[in-house]
Amino acid sequence: MLKLENVESGYGNILAVKGISLEVNQGEIITLIGANGAGKSTTLLTISGIVECRSGRILLNEEEIHPLGTDDIVKRGICQVPEGRHIFPQLTVQENLDMGAFMRNDTRQIKEDLDYVYSLFPILEERRNQDGGTLSGGEQQMLAVSRALMAKPQLLLLDEPSMGLAPLIIKQIFEIIKKINQENNVTIFLVEQNANQALQIADRGYVIENGKITITGSADSLLSNQDVRKAYLGL
Amino acid sequence: MDYFIELLFSGLSRGAIYALIALGYTMVYGIIGLINFAHGEIYMIGAFTSFIIATILTILGFPGLAIILLAGLAAVIWSASYGYTIEKVAYKPLRHAPRLSALISAIGMSMFLQNYVLLAQTSDFLPFPQLVPDFDFMEPIAHIVGSSDMVILVTTTVVMICLTILIKYTKIGKAMRATSQDRTMAMLVGINVNRIISITFIIGSSLAAIGGMLVASHIGQINFYIGFIAGIKAFTAAVLGGIGSIPGAVLGSVVLGLTESFATGYVSSDYEDVFAFSLLVLILIFKPSGLLGKADTQKV
Repeated sequence: MLKLENVESGYGNILAVKGISLEVNQGEIITLIGANGAGKSTTLLTISGIVECRSGRILLNEEEIHPLGTDDIVKRGICQVPEGRHIFPQLTVQENLDMGAFMRNDTRQIKEDLDYVYSLFPILEERRNQDGGTLSGGEQQMLAVSRALMAKPQLLLLDEPSMGLAPLIIKQIFEIIKKINQENNVTIFLVEQNANQALQIADRGYVIENGKITITGSADSLLSNQDVRKAYLGL
Repeated sequence: MDYFIELLFSGLSRGAIYALIALGYTMVYGIIGLINFAHGEIYMIGAFTSFIIATILTILGFPGLAIILLAGLAAVIWSASYGYTIEKVAYKPLRHAPRLSALISAIGMSMFLQNYVLLAQTSDFLPFPQLVPDFDFMEPIAHIVGSSDMVILVTTTVVMICLTILIKYTKIGKAMRATSQDRTMAMLVGINVNRIISITFIIGSSLAAIGGMLVASHIGQINFYIGFIAGIKAFTAAVLGGIGSIPGAVLGSVVLGLTESFATGYVSSDYEDVFAFSLLVLILIFKPSGLLGKADTQKV
């Protein structure tokens, strides 16, 4: 479904992603794990067209997407929950969700999806008229995931959904991610520092170091890989 | 007492005009963080456009109301196309440049437009036709509030209500707010940010054009320089209210208008600007973010 071929990108003179190739197939949960500054977030931002792809190709269903603007990439079904959640602070919860469905016009379908995300996270419905900025970290993460779902994505890019959250909330978020993948057939590309949690729900994983993919394999094989265990699982 | 009410109304109508211009400053600042110094010139171009159309239509013998509506429409369309073009030509190429570059570009655009109108029209003051007749029903209170003050107040109020509805309840309005709060995220939900920026310039310019026509017909004369002074005043009002805040721009404008009006009425018209800018200095000392502005916390 999504294919990166030797993608390079970065900021100014700094190259953060140095020739990455990876593939995400329909229906999978793929995780990209790595340390701070390894190039995980830049990879995601490059896929969404926020950071320019300097060389290589990014293909969605065999079609190159990197010359397109971010809004066109979103229209093709790639949605992202960026690092740090990026809730619109002075829009209400409801308005944040409306913005998630910005490029859709099927009013009735949107209403159904709204009911669906409210059923996933009932707390959001309780707080629907509250400003997004007043929510707690966990609630903001729920809102960020819900907002992305409102776009009805084919492929959901999640950037560190566990960051700064209590263990119980992290568990809940990961359960929901798995549920979204299974029930709604949304393909998931998950970037995480919390390698253990991510590999628990993923089908396959890639390890990124210094802007390059160093290890790849099934989630189980990564969980038992000595290097991965030492470097990312703390075992 | 009558004198007080007279000053009150003249202050309010002055504030209303400032508000129409200040909204353009504050909306553009809210979305792209730029003080669009060419905005005053958009207002001046609106005044000139309505002047030209109104003069032609008067010669052709159109009825009064038709002249106002058509001249206003022409001013809005013409100014909006200027606003749209200025953004595309002078600001969009500098979107990722340092803020100062865009600011200098804005000042350059302002000078360019002033001199362009100076060359294309004239440096003399032109008499602007009185578009608003003295209404009969206003007769009993005509010594307190003039018909054109009333028209300014009513028009501005209607425009503000429309703008509030647009920004609060429509999809485009929500997208504008989203873009001003978090541009990257706005892109990530599929908002075409360039289009939102263009729409903001179009709305701001249209409001300024309406202000230009109203004030020109109220004062009765225009020249190429009126945009500079009105622009500075409206910018002051926007800062006073808290730049980036829409209710702030309106409040700041009203406060500024009233201050000027009362200073003129009770002290001397020579001191109008002294009071206006002293007020600005005082407010910025005690509340640097302006009356309704939010303290600017930089994200790290």
